[in-house]
Amino acid sequence: MSARLEQLYQETILDHNRNPRFFGEPAACTHKAHGKNPLCGDDYWVYLDVRDGVIEGVQFNGSGCAISKSSASMMSEAIKGKRLEDVIAKKDAFLTLLTQDEPVSDSEKSLLGKLIVFEGVKKYPVRVKCAALSWRALEAALLGDEAQAISTE
Amino acid sequence: MNESLARKFRADFPVLSLVKEGKSLVYLDNAATTQKPRVVADRLYRFYTEEYGTIHRGVYFLSQQATQFYDESRAIVSRFLNAAKLEEIVLTRGTTESINLVASGVSKLWLSVGDEVLITAMEHHANIVPWQQACLASGATLKVVPITLTGELDMDAFRRLLTTKTKFVSVVHVSNALGTVNPIADIVQMAHGVGAKVLVDGAQAVSHMPVDVQALGCDFYAFSSHKLFGPTGAGVLYGRYSLLEQLPPYQTGGDMIETVTFESTTFAKPPARFEAGTPAIAEVIGLGAAINYVNSVGFEFIAQHEADLLQCATEQISRLNGIRLIGTAQNKASVLSFVLDGIHPHDVGTVLDECGVAIRAGHHCAQPIMAFFGVPATNRASFSFYNVSDDVDRLVDAVKYCQQVMG
Ligand SMILES: Cc1ncc(COP(=O)(O)O)c(C=O)c1O
Repeated sequence: MSARLEQLYQETILDHNRNPRFFGEPAACTHKAHGKNPLCGDDYWVYLDVRDGVIEGVQFNGSGCAISKSSASMMSEAIKGKRLEDVIAKKDAFLTLLTQDEPVSDSEKSLLGKLIVFEGVKKYPVRVKCAALSWRALEAALLGDEAQAISTE
Repeated sequence: MNESLARKFRADFPVLSLVKEGKSLVYLDNAATTQKPRVVADRLYRFYTEEYGTIHRGVYFLSQQATQFYDESRAIVSRFLNAAKLEEIVLTRGTTESINLVASGVSKLWLSVGDEVLITAMEHHANIVPWQQACLASGATLKVVPITLTGELDMDAFRRLLTTKTKFVSVVHVSNALGTVNPIADIVQMAHGVGAKVLVDGAQAVSHMPVDVQALGCDFYAFSSHKLFGPTGAGVLYGRYSLLEQLPPYQTGGDMIETVTFESTTFAKPPARFEAGTPAIAEVIGLGAAINYVNSVGFEFIAQHEADLLQCATEQISRLNGIRLIGTAQNKASVLSFVLDGIHPHDVGTVLDECGVAIRAGHHCAQPIMAFFGVPATNRASFSFYNVSDDVDRLVDAVKYCQQVMG
């Protein structure tokens, strides 16, 4: 495999694609949002159970490419049990990781933890929106924009 | 397979010798757009550097000459489609504009509440949405002929849906997502039997087979230059002259009028009536060069070579595990759509690109087809006469490699 491709499809990403964590639809939730990427057909719902400023529960459901699915899975893992301020900070750091040319700062790196594996997506501009999709949906869910499907086109 | 002839023509396309990161380009997205032979690029260059001027206006030499070149392209298109007369060829911006032009006119002229427009389940969005809008504007109803699991039109359903209420039928000649070649002459005959007019979306057909609008009997035929080895931004609408004469203008402005006062305007006769404003002059001239080139290659070779490529690719791809072909019609153009178990087309597209193989991964602007086959998207390899058996091998190897990486 080329180094560039290896950077994109890291083992962690392929593993989360094969066995997505937090996959499914909860019986109840406090927030939810729909994220779609019409060009390639990525299509997910993100469900949150937020209590006292903490993400007590998170699940996601839908279908899409390996990058979008593993990103949703790893996002869920990263935000479960976390305070909203921390979740927002993680989201901002993640979107910076995907879009900024310079390497992320040390503080952002520690915020991101395992999510740093998505750094390789940067070399594939058309795939950035796949990685960003569930995080954009998370953002919309927290803002209460459930009615309006968000799109990363 | 006639490889040596294909290689000779391949050399006419400079982009096809592109090498990136040590890999030569395997271009298999011909259904989206075709590459350009040097003669087309050279024609544009010469026009812009030595001959450029506007058409239909100037009394000076450059303008008269540009007008002559532009009119020559119309004549070339007219012969290419075997139109009964030159004035049946309207030069547009592409298939999309050609269909919109007809749909908007038809909705004002021939549609009202209770009438029906018939399209099919294998249409490109460009042949769905304009008719939805035409029905919305006129109160007519849109009906859709279903397809079968092989991706062919359900002709029994077509016969059932075709009634005296049907005022217009709009159907794709060759499906961009499935490759299916539809029985246009039969469809036209049946439609005319109930008094309906027929538009054929030929965007995917003209690069693969000779088209004779008089033999097909259709009332309108649309295609784009960029899918026929010509420049982007130009296209064609063939229309039976007696019908073009009835259609109202689509856009209004310069060049499509006879006389203008502030009280009223009289419109020019077709085709000028439908060619408002300064057209894509260079692109239309380039289209003429592209058609001359295609004619020099000849459809006999094109049809045979593409059929060989399709057969070879279909056989090799079908032998792989975990693969499903989408679109297995009897009569197919050289389009191979497939999905891989557990691997999303977007990932396939990325891995294949890494191998230097350009295919299309997506819904191909045909979301209803994707819904019918229960897939979000497909991988589509589409071949042209400049592809060779090496390209097929590289495709198959890249798909195997993708299964290995993603599996
Ligand atoms: C069957 C079909 N119809 C219509 C179109 C639209 O053509 P254009 O985008 O050139 O107007 C396409 C192009 O993708 C097509 O494949």
